[in-house]
Amino acid sequence: MRVLLGALLIFIFFANSLIAEDNFPLIPKATGKPHPEGNEFIRINHMDLLRHDRDLVVKEGIRNIDNSLAQCVTCHVVRDENNEPVTYESEEYFCRVCHDYVAVKLDCFTCHNSVPSAEVSISLFRDENAPFERLMAYLEEKDNDR
Amino acid sequence: MTDKSTNRADIQRRNFLKSGALLMSFSLASGVNLMIMNSGANAQANAKIRWGLLIDANKCSPECDACIRACANEHGWENNGKLTDPQWIRKVKLKNKQTGREVSLPLMCQHCEFPPCVDVCPTGASFKRKDGIVLVDRHICIGCRYCMMACPYKARSFVHEKINNQKTTTPRGKGTVEACNLCVHKLDRGDGITACAQACENSGNGAIIFGNLNDKNSKISRALANYPSVELRDDLGLNLAVRYQNI
Repeated sequence: MRVLLGALLIFIFFANSLIAEDNFPLIPKATGKPHPEGNEFIRINHMDLLRHDRDLVVKEGIRNIDNSLAQCVTCHVVRDENNEPVTYESEEYFCRVCHDYVAVKLDCFTCHNSVPSAEVSISLFRDENAPFERLMAYLEEKDNDR
Repeated sequence: MTDKSTNRADIQRRNFLKSGALLMSFSLASGVNLMIMNSGANAQANAKIRWGLLIDANKCSPECDACIRACANEHGWENNGKLTDPQWIRKVKLKNKQTGREVSLPLMCQHCEFPPCVDVCPTGASFKRKDGIVLVDRHICIGCRYCMMACPYKARSFVHEKINNQKTTTPRGKGTVEACNLCVHKLDRGDGITACAQACENSGNGAIIFGNLNDKNSKISRALANYPSVELRDDLGLNLAVRYQNI
């Protein structure tokens, strides 16, 4: 019995070290401003935010949303030794670092480009006249619709 | 279930934004541009608008393929002559066997008011936007190709091969159906013209007019009011947004 308990303690000790922080994926640092909602919120909700915004864009044509996939890949770009952005094919790609760890496959990048495009800043976000006021007005309008 | 969770995320974010309004206006005042401030043009799909094209076959030169190249360049598709390559827009030659008159015209999705592709789509991926643009939501397209069978104009293509390095503004991928989207990203950001119409104008032919069919004063509406035009296969009663002259 004592031996069994000892073995169990040793096992727990090693199991603990196995899931120590060192073994968690090393999340690449992003460029750009931090998420106003906080990283924890984004980690838990990013898939819902993306799905929600994709429907707004595709169905309603509302593109003045705060989080687009193009914006994600722009800030979360990972560069290789030649300073070239790595694509989703690479294991070092931002999304893959965690998604590989938890074995969740994502298929965004079968259609979407996984590296930032030089045209993003001009083509998606051209009109910057009072975007904040417009965003708030839009949110108010949506609230009234409810 | 999905709806519920997205709504919750939506509400949480909205509340957050509201509570952070003061902070953000402060950032704005001090000249710092937050990521969230980088919002784009506000030209969402508007039910009062119906976008359309008017194509004058007399002005369309048989040798010219400026519209096709412009479309391919804008959306990042390539047609190298393989049967499986996509064709968002193509040149069609019509010949009257009796008189021998030949005309050449560009043919693309006709953006029907009553689109057969939307009728047959089993998943709801084919849909018509409020402003009359017929689109494929590739997120839910399963690649069954019913819409391609249903389309009287053969306007849709299926992506057979894996695609890399897509345009950011036009995501495309293997296993989904695609067609002319009337440069929806350009319209949403307020350009007010499609790539093909722009290219046709630049080439000097000026055969393609793009505009709002619901606006009586737009160039396209005035042209339609003053000169005869036809819909292709108007016997089907689909009320097309693309009309032709002199064919």
